[in-house]
Amino acid sequence: MEALFGNLQNLTLPMVIMWAIGGLLIFLAIRYQMEPALLLPMGFGAILVNLPFSGAVDQVVEGATEHGIIDVLFNATIQNELLPLLLFIGIGAMIDFGPLLSNPKMLLFGAAAQFGIFFTLSLASLFTPMFQSMGYDFGIQDAACIGIIGAADGPTSIFVANYFDTPFKGAIFVAAYSYMALVPIIQPPVIRAITTRKERMIRMKYNPRGVSRTTKILFPIIITVIAGLLAPRSVALVGFLMFGNLIRECGVLGSLSETAQNALANLVTLLLGITISTKMQADQFLSGATILIMGLGLVAFVFDTVGGVFFAKFLNLFLKEKINPMIGATGISAFPMSARVIHRMGLKEDPQNFLLMHAVGSNVSGQIASVIAGGLILSLIAR
Amino acid sequence: MISVDAFLATLPVLGAGMGGIFLVMIVIYLVIRALGALFPEKKDQQ
Repeated sequence: MEALFGNLQNLTLPMVIMWAIGGLLIFLAIRYQMEPALLLPMGFGAILVNLPFSGAVDQVVEGATEHGIIDVLFNATIQNELLPLLLFIGIGAMIDFGPLLSNPKMLLFGAAAQFGIFFTLSLASLFTPMFQSMGYDFGIQDAACIGIIGAADGPTSIFVANYFDTPFKGAIFVAAYSYMALVPIIQPPVIRAITTRKERMIRMKYNPRGVSRTTKILFPIIITVIAGLLAPRSVALVGFLMFGNLIRECGVLGSLSETAQNALANLVTLLLGITISTKMQADQFLSGATILIMGLGLVAFVFDTVGGVFFAKFLNLFLKEKINPMIGATGISAFPMSARVIHRMGLKEDPQNFLLMHAVGSNVSGQIASVIAGGLILSLIAR
Repeated sequence: MISVDAFLATLPVLGAGMGGIFLVMIVIYLVIRALGALFPEKKDQQ
């Protein structure tokens, strides 16, 4: 009986709380279809790793380490950034840069909507003594890892968090993916608070330039070179994203493009969610720091939106043909959710106002900008 | 429980980061315009 039920004595309240959190993620994934590809594996993984002496994670038994498969996978595929970068190939293959190439001024909103990353980096630093009082050796590197939640980009968040080896990976990963799924809930009230109805009703003409196939092929190559020269640590992120896009646009690698968009992306996503759940073990995840980081992550998303909208309002001071400020909010990297949200908000204010193509162009530029932001953080802040 | 000094120390990073992103995106904008001029859609189709 001892052999069967002895382990029950090792069950702790924090473990049960993590089961509830895991269950919540699974519920949100299934009931509300919030990023189900990631929240469901993360939720299930949170339960797996929080069973007493779980064989799924490393355990020290009588002085010897027994390796668990989730930790084996984490060390082999996340610690060395392999899975996030492979996922970027798939994401690059899915992206159509056409709306951006035909309307390139949308690039500026992609830049502006990364404000939340750097603002949250500074805000997190303000709380340095609070983190230190919790027993953490908190530095600007950790603040940067919290700020990068605002990139609204899972692979970039994982990449930066691993690079600086922050102890807050679990909270950062959960915050990044949860808030990406919550963009339809986070952005609208923020936008309504900082814009007037008249501004939200601004109509924008859509006169796209034609984009040649040569341009679409050269674009990913040139962007990789530029990003590499200006922000060298972003080469892996930008390069793999653009590699995926080049596979898509070259026109001669249909099966590889199909594989990257579907099989590769799905396989990596399948492993990514359950693997990063190793950072959701109760002793690492359940702390005041997690609550503070979840709050700061929300601030990052809010100020991404604020940064984009206010930049558009700033430009409107000088432009004759006004920009709908909501377009600024779509510079966040949460593609295509943010574009759809703003398009719907525009239609709600004026059923004849079609903002989708502008929004998509800006949203796509956010993909590039968030990766550049990650690379700049790695360049500006020493390990 | 807060450190204003730590906050102020990060402001140059905020400035350099946002400035850097805008710089890179402006360069990309110029590249796209150049590509559009060098490889216009009509010539490509011909």
